[in-house]
Amino acid sequence: MTTRDQMLASIKANQPAMRPIPAQFTFTSVYPDLTQQFIDILTFVGGAALIVPDFAAIRASLQTQFPNMTSVATTCDELADLADVTMNVSDPHELSGLNLAIIEGPLAVAENAAIWVDERQLPQRVAPMITQYLVIIIRQSTIVPNMHDAYKLLKVDETGFGTFICGPSKTADIEQSLVIGAHGARSLMVYILP
Amino acid sequence: MNKQLILDHADAAVEFNKNEAKVDWHDETLWFVRTKRDRAVAQIPEWEQLREAASQIKNHVLSNMHDLLIQFEENAIRNGIKIHWAADGDEHNAIVLDIIKQAGATRMVKSKSMLTEECHLNKYLIDNGIEVIDSDLGERIVQMRNEPPSHIVLPAIHLTKAEVGETFHEHLGTDKGATDPQYLTEAARQHLRETFLTRKVALTGVNFAIAETGGFVVCTNEGNADMGAHLADVHIAAMGFEKIIPRAEHLGVFLRLLARSATGQPITTFSSHFHRPRPGQEMHIVIVDNGRSRQLGRPDFRNSLKCIRCAACLNTCPVYRRSGGFSYHSAVAGPIGSILAPNLDMKKNADLPFASTLCGSCSNVCPVKIDIHDQLYKWRQVLMREGYGPGSKTVAMKAMATVLESPRLYRMAGKVGRGVLRFAPITVENGLNPWYNQREMPEPPAESFHDWYVNHKKA
Repeated sequence: MTTRDQMLASIKANQPAMRPIPAQFTFTSVYPDLTQQFIDILTFVGGAALIVPDFAAIRASLQTQFPNMTSVATTCDELADLADVTMNVSDPHELSGLNLAIIEGPLAVAENAAIWVDERQLPQRVAPMITQYLVIIIRQSTIVPNMHDAYKLLKVDETGFGTFICGPSKTADIEQSLVIGAHGARSLMVYILP
Repeated sequence: MNKQLILDHADAAVEFNKNEAKVDWHDETLWFVRTKRDRAVAQIPEWEQLREAASQIKNHVLSNMHDLLIQFEENAIRNGIKIHWAADGDEHNAIVLDIIKQAGATRMVKSKSMLTEECHLNKYLIDNGIEVIDSDLGERIVQMRNEPPSHIVLPAIHLTKAEVGETFHEHLGTDKGATDPQYLTEAARQHLRETFLTRKVALTGVNFAIAETGGFVVCTNEGNADMGAHLADVHIAAMGFEKIIPRAEHLGVFLRLLARSATGQPITTFSSHFHRPRPGQEMHIVIVDNGRSRQLGRPDFRNSLKCIRCAACLNTCPVYRRSGGFSYHSAVAGPIGSILAPNLDMKKNADLPFASTLCGSCSNVCPVKIDIHDQLYKWRQVLMREGYGPGSKTVAMKAMATVLESPRLYRMAGKVGRGVLRFAPITVENGLNPWYNQREMPEPPAESFHDWYVNHKKA
């Protein structure tokens, strides 16, 4: 018998009698203002958000937030002129010098300020972690109340990789002092379009 | 490891308590994490229902483990992932080494995996000529110091920033005497970025494996699992088989519970769902048993396999907070570690179920409703029955049983006890009496209840 077969046989012999999956495992969250809830939580976890009317406003804000920044890449056609490098590389190591990545997030969650991105938004999986600074553009209409709502809309294996991103990377491993910018992005700015 | 060097929990706790200021800091810091958890939980009105749902989903998983694993394997293979099965730590380690060798690599970067701690993977790889670098900041700190993690979520919680500064000065060349966490973290970021960019093989843990889709989820705040895996040619994910969940929609329940229970965050910074290797990459999953199927067969203890490793039970435990993670001499410390470890080695870990006041706080905060304190109590009975009870307790309990069984002996013992306490208190008020340690002995009553009853009945 292979290890696999032995393990499975032992598991089968030892597992208890069948218990059903519970009927209720999704819940409803009610927030008076989904966008405000998202912004409040994002601020709490060290990110920042700005409600903007259009891409022109995003462009103006980016130019003040990141003046004269080089090694900027974006997947948004509307902001293509701000970029001087691309995330469309065959080897992810080529992104090691990336300073600013500007991507779009198709789905956001109000209860925890998490934004889903997958390979439809990411030319390379490592882009939102390897970049020094990260900007994600979302739309108010795609903010759902909680994680149950998010998974109802998501097909997690639609692409080979997807992740929920909530704020900039961080650690508190030295005496529980919060430090923003561990291995991933040092800041997360979220622009919220209508 | 030399057996004589391992102190039992009580003796190790005495050592830990010699530095009172540090123990106080440890205690208060972990309690602070517990209060952050409470604040996060208070924002979710349906928290108790969520816990119940998580518990029931996990009950289903335990009861349907065999079929879920087969379903997971089938779907993962369809996704282009290679699946390996390991009966124990040795087999797991050999599989990982083989994958590294096949890749022609001699170095590996690793994100947090308590399973690899349990299997002592790092030591095995180093002995076989492979360099391993842990990339979680806390794990990197303890790795530089040749220590294991002292906490499953906060691996370096036993260290002060001065100690970290000293370690980084020695290993990373930071300024001597530097203690600013921002500065020290930046130094580690630079050092580990270089590591991520140069390693061909990356190993991560697995928080959840989804049977329905054949993918898995890895949660980190630092982004270190992603940095390692997305830059490596080969990604190895190591999981205990109990990490399986039936469907992706169940992640809604577990991701709402995990970070809130662990650190009071609404969710971890990255909750990454891996389903297929990126073009040109190899992805492997090692599914490990190492005693888990045996634990699955113990009706009183199988619930321990529901654990999602949030560490809420450690943070709330009055014994853990005041004895430190190393006192548990096991990869997973604290209350949950104390019900998992006796399954791995009853003799070596016989002290751990006794490292508890049975106050029940662990069970109250557990997001998947494991009856931790009941299991601690039940393990004590199993261990005593199997003859693994601590020697001093066995003798004392036997003596007590003899005395309690005989009314004559009982009355005599009471009389002697009262007399000793009154006339020769030094015989019990000394360092040899563990009960007197940090406690005052009680005032002895003048007469026993029995004597009082007999005297008053006469009157």
